[in-house]
Amino acid sequence: MSVVTNEHPAHEHHPFLQHHFEDLGQQHEASTLGMWMFLTTEILFFGGLLMAYWIYRIMYPDAWSLGAAQQHALYGGINTIVLIISSLTMALAVRNAQLGKRMATVRMLVATLVFGGTFLLVKSIEYTQHWREGLFPGVHFTWNETPALAPKVQLFMTFYWSLTGLHALHMVIGAGLLIWMIWRAWRGHFGPEYYSPVEVMGLYWHFVDIVWIFLFAFLYLIPAAGGHHG
Amino acid sequence: MPLWIYFAVFAALTAGTLLTWWVSTIDLGMLNTPIALFIATTKAVLVILFFMHVIHSPRLTWVVIIASFLWLGVLFVLTFADYLTRTWKIY
Repeated sequence: MSVVTNEHPAHEHHPFLQHHFEDLGQQHEASTLGMWMFLTTEILFFGGLLMAYWIYRIMYPDAWSLGAAQQHALYGGINTIVLIISSLTMALAVRNAQLGKRMATVRMLVATLVFGGTFLLVKSIEYTQHWREGLFPGVHFTWNETPALAPKVQLFMTFYWSLTGLHALHMVIGAGLLIWMIWRAWRGHFGPEYYSPVEVMGLYWHFVDIVWIFLFAFLYLIPAAGGHHG
Repeated sequence: MPLWIYFAVFAALTAGTLLTWWVSTIDLGMLNTPIALFIATTKAVLVILFFMHVIHSPRLTWVVIIASFLWLGVLFVLTFADYLTRTWKIY
């Protein structure tokens, strides 16, 4: 491969056009389609977990109600707004990259990173509080109000930590990708002809935002008012 | 896409978040869950169509996205058809 690359005349095509594609348009379509294929697996991954959560919610409505009552809807709500803002700045970064505005792209990507970091900071405050309250599943789990429901509340908290933890892991990966994109945008790699990496990064970021929209509704809001209605 | 679309979608998402929080403070009985799910789904669709540019995507991308939600639907329907109809345990 490297031999072939070295032999062909330089500047014959766009530096980021890979050889197995006809043109940048085809390459862009293939990139976004590939990302959507990956997101399909992610939809089924989080979807499966949420389904398991849902079945137990129907089985143990009282415990789910108590579990959700331990969540701080204010933190969850602030984080939802923070993520929506970060999605807006991400979308604007893609738009700027498309228009060839180098510094505006960098600024919007940095803003996205800052809001993503804010989300993780708020989440870590929540995690610390839950940890201190003994709401981490395992030997140190403490639940004295209704001892009979303790194992079921613990199950709710297991779903809470798994779902939000996997979501936070996605955020950390997203932050890593953002740093990479900021570097590439800074180097001036993107323009009207070629902005696929920012676009694909955006698809990932927006997907993680969508997951949070559902987690916020499921873990913080729904059971709080109507848990007893199943 | 024109700039105003991004800000309009952002405003709708923020309004949806406030609405879903406000609705959760009122007990609507059986309607609690459907309403929260409806708002969350609407927000997700807005993000997918506009922030993720699916509205301007080729047909093939549409097929992949619709297929992924179709499979999620199969997963949900078949599993719930089992768990919710087990007579030995009344949920």
